[in-house]
Amino acid sequence: MSEPLLRVTDLVKHFPITRGVVLQRQVGAVRAVDGVSFDVAQGETLGLVGETGCGKSTTARMLARLIDPTSGKIEFDGEDLAGLKGRALKDARRQIQMVFQDPYSSLNPRKRVGSIIEEPLRIHGLLSEGDARRKRVQELMDRVGLNPEHYNRFPHEFSGGQRQRIGVARAIALEPRLLIADEPVSALDVSIQAQILNLLKDLQKDMGLTIIFIAHDLSVVRHMCDRVAVMYLGKIAEIAPNEDLYAHPRHPYTEALLAAVPSPEPGRAGRARALLGGDVPSPANPPAACRFHTRCAYADAICSAEEPLLLQRDGSVAACHHPLSG
Amino acid sequence: MARYIARRLLWTVVLMFAVSVVTFIIFYVLPSADPAALRAGRHASPQQIEEIRHKYHLDKSLLDQLSFYFKGILLHGDFGISYVNDQPVAKLVFSRLPATISVAVGAAVLWLLSGVAIGIISAVRRHSKLDRATMSLALVGISAPVYWLGLVALYLFADDIGLIPLFGGSGSYQPITEDPLAWLNSMILPWVVLAVAFAAFYSRLLRGTLIEVMGEDYIRTARAKGLPERTVVMRHGVRSAITPIVTAFGLDLGALLGGAVLVEIVFNIPGIGRLAYDAILHSDLFLIQGTVLLAAFFVIGANLVVDVVYAYLDPRVRYE
Amino acid sequence: MSAPLLQVENLSVSFNTEDGVVKAVDGVSWSIEPGQSLGIVGESGSGKTVGGLTLLGLTRSRRTTVTGRAMFEGSDLVSMDDESLRAVRGKGIAMIFQDPLSSLHPFYRVGDQIIEAIQVHSPTPKKVARARAAELLGLVGIPDPSARLDSYPHEFSGGMRQRAMIAMALSNEPRLLIADEPTTALDVTVQAQILELLDRLRRELQMALVIITHDLGVVAETAEQVAVMYAGRIVEQAPVNELFSHPMHPYTWGLLRSIPKLTGPRNAALLPIPGRPPSLISRPTGCAFAQRCAYAEDECRVTDPVLAATAQGRQSACLIPHERRMAAWPALAAGGTEADARKVVRGPK
Ligand SMILES: Nc1ncnc2c1ncn2[C@@H]1O[C@H](COP(=O)(O)OP(=O)(O)OP(=O)(O)O)[C@@H](O)[C@H]1O
Ligand SMILES: Nc1ncnc2c1ncn2[C@@H]1O[C@H](COP(=O)(O)OP(=O)(O)OP(=O)(O)O)[C@@H](O)[C@H]1O
Ligand code: SF4
Ligand code: SF4
Ligand SMILES: [Mg+2]
Ligand SMILES: [Mg+2]
Repeated sequence: MSEPLLRVTDLVKHFPITRGVVLQRQVGAVRAVDGVSFDVAQGETLGLVGETGCGKSTTARMLARLIDPTSGKIEFDGEDLAGLKGRALKDARRQIQMVFQDPYSSLNPRKRVGSIIEEPLRIHGLLSEGDARRKRVQELMDRVGLNPEHYNRFPHEFSGGQRQRIGVARAIALEPRLLIADEPVSALDVSIQAQILNLLKDLQKDMGLTIIFIAHDLSVVRHMCDRVAVMYLGKIAEIAPNEDLYAHPRHPYTEALLAAVPSPEPGRAGRARALLGGDVPSPANPPAACRFHTRCAYADAICSAEEPLLLQRDGSVAACHHPLSG
Repeated sequence: MARYIARRLLWTVVLMFAVSVVTFIIFYVLPSADPAALRAGRHASPQQIEEIRHKYHLDKSLLDQLSFYFKGILLHGDFGISYVNDQPVAKLVFSRLPATISVAVGAAVLWLLSGVAIGIISAVRRHSKLDRATMSLALVGISAPVYWLGLVALYLFADDIGLIPLFGGSGSYQPITEDPLAWLNSMILPWVVLAVAFAAFYSRLLRGTLIEVMGEDYIRTARAKGLPERTVVMRHGVRSAITPIVTAFGLDLGALLGGAVLVEIVFNIPGIGRLAYDAILHSDLFLIQGTVLLAAFFVIGANLVVDVVYAYLDPRVRYE
Repeated sequence: MSAPLLQVENLSVSFNTEDGVVKAVDGVSWSIEPGQSLGIVGESGSGKTVGGLTLLGLTRSRRTTVTGRAMFEGSDLVSMDDESLRAVRGKGIAMIFQDPLSSLHPFYRVGDQIIEAIQVHSPTPKKVARARAAELLGLVGIPDPSARLDSYPHEFSGGMRQRAMIAMALSNEPRLLIADEPTTALDVTVQAQILELLDRLRRELQMALVIITHDLGVVAETAEQVAVMYAGRIVEQAPVNELFSHPMHPYTWGLLRSIPKLTGPRNAALLPIPGRPPSLISRPTGCAFAQRCAYAEDECRVTDPVLAATAQGRQSACLIPHERRMAAWPALAAGGTEADARKVVRGPK
């Protein structure tokens, strides 16, 4: 395999918890992302799953350079993103685009949908003003399944799913190389969801798009991704090729996650599920050693004493003292 | 935040320095009447003019003049002497400040209260007759020039020349410390005239933002809780819509404190605005400098205050 | 069978827009009893949210027309005056909104927003309300709840915001909860906890639950009865197990076929329903699904099918006789093509 398109090394983001407005004192930190490393190869789709609040969106926002990491390195195409300035940074920005989790709040309510989708084209001075851009925007709208005639509408006039498609259209307008999709389909109905997923796969085939795909719906992740990284409380618990992860989860948290999936398949509905018990620990004050030990069914003394390292075991990489065997 | 404020304060000093250097240079390069000749009076001999020129360092280079000026300020708190009145600039400016503050603050309170009230009412009763009437009036208020409004007000209500003599007219200003009632009487017309234009602008601004805010999802949440509509509008709607008003208010008030020139002239109020106006007429360099510095101080200061207040109003805004 | 808590009859909602009148909800009827749960699924833009909002009078405006009735505990929500409706909101019926970040006020702390919801309906001392708010946040699984009360919405992750919305909706123990996509931002383990919580409230407090969602898995786990909406109307209604084992409407078939599965071959392309839903401004004559339906015939473009009872107290709206529709599903479910199914439905041609 060639050089990865994206290499993330030891990425950390702590949000300070402060008191007071003028005289701010730091009283602690939310350790949203706490030492995350992974590679993404050109043309690959990496899934990012995990508990709500475990730092997936924060990771995504750092990759898209929307917030600065506390520490750690992000290399895109061999270049350190932190070192880029001016034109180079603008170019990198153009090549990394993001679809946001909250469809409505990421759209400017005062702007018409046409101009929202057009915005990246305008910022990067692509296509000439007027007809050419309008045509491109309408093409994009059509491509994501929006009626191009709604060019002049405002975001609040669209339903939740339609709003999300506006966000997808805006993100693919620049034909980026890396698309970070933060729950791009959670707000969509299954039929549109299928259309968008197929669309993303088509785009990937046509343009060699690399995708980081964040989602809660594990069946969607299974469908979309080549490899999946499972996060728990700001750290990576396991990274494995898709099939392996679903067939043989190594990390106890992955196992719990898979067990919790609701299924529409008749017969499976209503079955008693092994629910993950216990309270979700606070990321401001995560448990020592293995962060999962407060809720893990397999935990023993070493788990609360020593932090497990991310170790390779036949294809999967998992951070656990007692990895499950297939 | 404290660091941020300290940094901004430092910037204020730098900016004010830059502003005064620029004023100095403009004054130096632009052809204007010889200040020394002005100071000496009509029948002065060339020697007298020369002496004056020497006394005020007008015969020195630009750089030397600048350094004298700033040394004076930094070492002795001396802002120079007005050539025309032969008085220290600082004293002149401070003697005029109360009048300008009276005009600006009084008008500001008036326009803020009325602008916000009208804005809320017309946003809530959108498309009603009341809304349409107030918004048309507001348009008139925005487009009418202040000096014209001032003259109309004087011809209508001033107690000397007005058709219905009600309030003090042009030149009736009394310091509040001497006669509060006379002060109030003299301030009413300038306040109203100044407030009309601003209130019109504020009510339209607030109406626009509030209408937009009332369409937000979180307003729907507030309604779904079962809150009375009044609370929904005031606590949830106005709370969001007020931020641009606060910004505009801070900046407008800051600018006015540096001299409400037109109103001070029309109503013949001895404030900073008129002082600056006269100073420019007479090429009174240090006095111009003094008023420019004061105006710059208020404008830059208001900007800082607005930014700090903004961080209180919008928790998403944080400065580092 | 007890009396219904809410009975919606022939509810229609239309918006007057610049482009024309948008008929977002077009004659919908359903009812729910205390402690029951109803799932509403359907295409995005099919009027699910608007229908829910209308029950609380949240679509009322100069540009909106609402007709029909919604009898809640004996009074009609549609014609009710604003003041009485206010008393129902939050206490009789509470709603969890779809887009959690924009549904929370960005300038107020999460705790204060929940406390406000508690205090509207019963005067409670601030301290007590605060304790209750912390308890609610804990109930929906937010770690360190009393400290998190002081966070602003932008400091919460997507899933935490959604849970804050849920906590707010539950604060007055409503008799009916309308949950609009309550778990889209939650990972499956937390989702499972929330669904469990809703289930418990239903059993213990006899709270009725209307759950609006795209996630057919969530419907399968929480709803007893399911209504499938398309273009502002209900096209099929059935008990949950029946719906998944023998769906009767071609649109429902499309829905079930377009979800990715956790088992089975992975790389097969998904099978979305082709095309777009019809314009709600000028509804086509005949069946609204006809342009996208693989089984449509000329008659479908003329005659508008009505929602009619079929077997076992189920309802669906399709012109094909239901016995033949029943026969077509098993092959489709197994991944058969629509062309083959069409032969079953329409007979060979
Ligand atoms: N601006 C901020 N200030 C303080 N804390 C923050 C901020 N943004 C995020 N956090 C915290 O960081 C943690 C991780 O948040 P993040 O949004 O990355 O989660 P996530 O994995 O995307 O979750 P979800 O699946 O619910 O969207 C959370 O505990 C959140 O409260
Ligand atoms: N205020 C409005 N003005 C005009 N049209 C509206 C308005 N609100 C909603 N609509 C339209 O009404 C239709 C129904 O919208 P609704 O939000 O109920 O869809 P939904 O079924 O909830 O979809 P989703 O699953 O995507 O949330 C949509 O086509 C939408 O564009
Ligand atoms: S290290 Fe121990 S506590 Fe952590 S996941 Fe593995 S078994 Fe569980
Ligand atoms: S009525 Fe016709 S078009 Fe409509 S769902 Fe049935 S077969 Fe399809
Ligand atoms: Mg997130
Ligand atoms: Mg909706």
